[in-house]
Amino acid sequence: MKLLSYTTRYFAGLLLLALSVFTTIFYFQMLDEIYDSLDDGLQNQKILVINRAKKNPEILNKNKFEDGYYTIHKVKYEQIKEVRDIYRDTLMYMLNEKDYEPVRLLETVFEQEGNYYKLKVITSMVEEDDLIEDLLYSILFLYLGLVLCILVLNNFILKRLWKPFYSLLNKLKNFNIEKQELITFEETNIQEFKLLNKNIDRLLKKSIDSFKAQQQFIENASHELQTPLAISINKLELLAENEKLSEEQMHILATTLDNLERMTRLNKSLLLLSKIENKQFIEEENIQLSKVLDKISIEFSDLLEHKNITLNKNFESDIAIKMNKDLAIILFTNLIKNAILHSEKNSEIEVKIASNKVSISNYSTTTELNPNKLYTRFYKTGNNKNSTGLGLAIAKAITDKYALSLTYHYNKRHHFTVNFD
Amino acid sequence: MKILIIEDEEQMLQNMKQTLEKEDYLVETATDYDSAFSKIGVYDYDCILLDISLPGKNGLEILRELKSRGITDGVIIVSAKNSLEDKIEGLNLGADDYLPKPFHMAELNARIKAIFRRRKLKGSNQLKIGNLSIKIDSQAVSVADKELTLNRKEFDILFYLASNKDRLVNKSSLAEHVWGDHIDQADSFDFIYSQIKNLRKKLSTNNAEVELKSIYGIGYKLTAS
Repeated sequence: MKLLSYTTRYFAGLLLLALSVFTTIFYFQMLDEIYDSLDDGLQNQKILVINRAKKNPEILNKNKFEDGYYTIHKVKYEQIKEVRDIYRDTLMYMLNEKDYEPVRLLETVFEQEGNYYKLKVITSMVEEDDLIEDLLYSILFLYLGLVLCILVLNNFILKRLWKPFYSLLNKLKNFNIEKQELITFEETNIQEFKLLNKNIDRLLKKSIDSFKAQQQFIENASHELQTPLAISINKLELLAENEKLSEEQMHILATTLDNLERMTRLNKSLLLLSKIENKQFIEEENIQLSKVLDKISIEFSDLLEHKNITLNKNFESDIAIKMNKDLAIILFTNLIKNAILHSEKNSEIEVKIASNKVSISNYSTTTELNPNKLYTRFYKTGNNKNSTGLGLAIAKAITDKYALSLTYHYNKRHHFTVNFD
Repeated sequence: MKILIIEDEEQMLQNMKQTLEKEDYLVETATDYDSAFSKIGVYDYDCILLDISLPGKNGLEILRELKSRGITDGVIIVSAKNSLEDKIEGLNLGADDYLPKPFHMAELNARIKAIFRRRKLKGSNQLKIGNLSIKIDSQAVSVADKELTLNRKEFDILFYLASNKDRLVNKSSLAEHVWGDHIDQADSFDFIYSQIKNLRKKLSTNNAEVELKSIYGIGYKLTAS
């Protein structure tokens, strides 16, 4: 859920609660005030009726409401325990509403010429259900109005306020450390955003620096390893020329040499990878890919023959591209080498150029590979000790450098496709 | 044959020296440019192996100095940098060859032999071992005057092993030399074996007085039988 929706939701909830409490209190206070003023009215009526009864004793016989608002009944003294005013709510049939409606009634007792009379005065009063309904509607309108105001506030004003934040989010999403480009921040007067931008800028600079340092380290380390490796291999080669060595010693020597060679290959690949990533292949020229692929397939002819693999070239068209020639060769060499290494004996490899794509496919007993891990350094599927686990990482680094896409899919055969669109 | 090696890495220097001494060359060494300069000033060398990436002065200056004296023949530049500019500039200054570090001793050996052949055996660019003779320019191989038909790879293997006669040539060195750098991640060098097998067959049916020995999975050695 978005930040703005969150604030809207909380505001709406809070308003609902506040308005409900307010309305309840307001309702009872208003009702209290209404009763107060009704009762004052009744009190006044009572005095008026008593006064009128003194001038006109006839009304002392009015014992039904009918068209009046009071009744008077004669009561015996014994029936009166104490003389006091009693207010109460009661129902009375109203002709206009054709229903029983609440009325306020004042019951009192007065004395005239030695006789005691019970007086009831009524007045019509607020219909509470109507009052509640009316109140509810107005509160509901108020509530909706307020929520609408919040929505407007969020969508127009807050959205503008938060714009630098969302623009930052968007830029961070598109940030790629391998491009080593810092992001540009939007101008803002809000202090928190200024601080956020400043800190993110600092973090990114730091990450890029350590990324560069890491790349530099790999390059330097593999560079520095070259000489000691070569020296060790040379020394062992010289030792191997010693005729006095026993068969067992030669065997140990051969294994050691094998491993050192493996290390050399690994080191070479790492060095190549960092050189590509550190952008050390600058010269570019126009290349016909069919020629590159022809050349590579000739280079691999002995290896293909040895594994009895047929390489089928299917060039429906040709692709011309401007890129570094060595990298073009390394890219397709790696892909084809990979296909050869992982192909079953007596199978077929297809190299296809069609509609601006170069696709290399091979058959192996391994089923679909994990496309997410495929280009990760040192990711190996089988237990091939001679595979460096860097071949595809190198191919990916090259395609990334030229903003090409390298994709993999599996339909009983493994397909690696370089898209030149 | 007198060779000067200018190289600051002590162990590397020892390796090169030992390798070349096995070929009966007279080897002298210098570990910095100053001592190199003084040696060049006093003696003549048939071949100079020059590491141009030593600390201090630029190694190309030595090359300029040699050029000013007209003795750039036989200079092989050895460089860890593997940079194209160094290579072009070095060759422009008259160096004979450029060998990027790291390299196999067999490769060094073959390069030095090539230089000596060019310099000493002008015209008769031929390598002879027993009754086997390899004509380098025309890439023709014959046994007792009978020509052998070898394919390109077989010729390259034979020539490389012959250049390193009696020396053990590492499989990966052979693969790099014959098949190029890109082959080096092949899952095994077994495919070399089938080429060697064919070559052996052709040599033995023609009674060549050479033998291609396999050495314990390490590599191959060509010897006169």
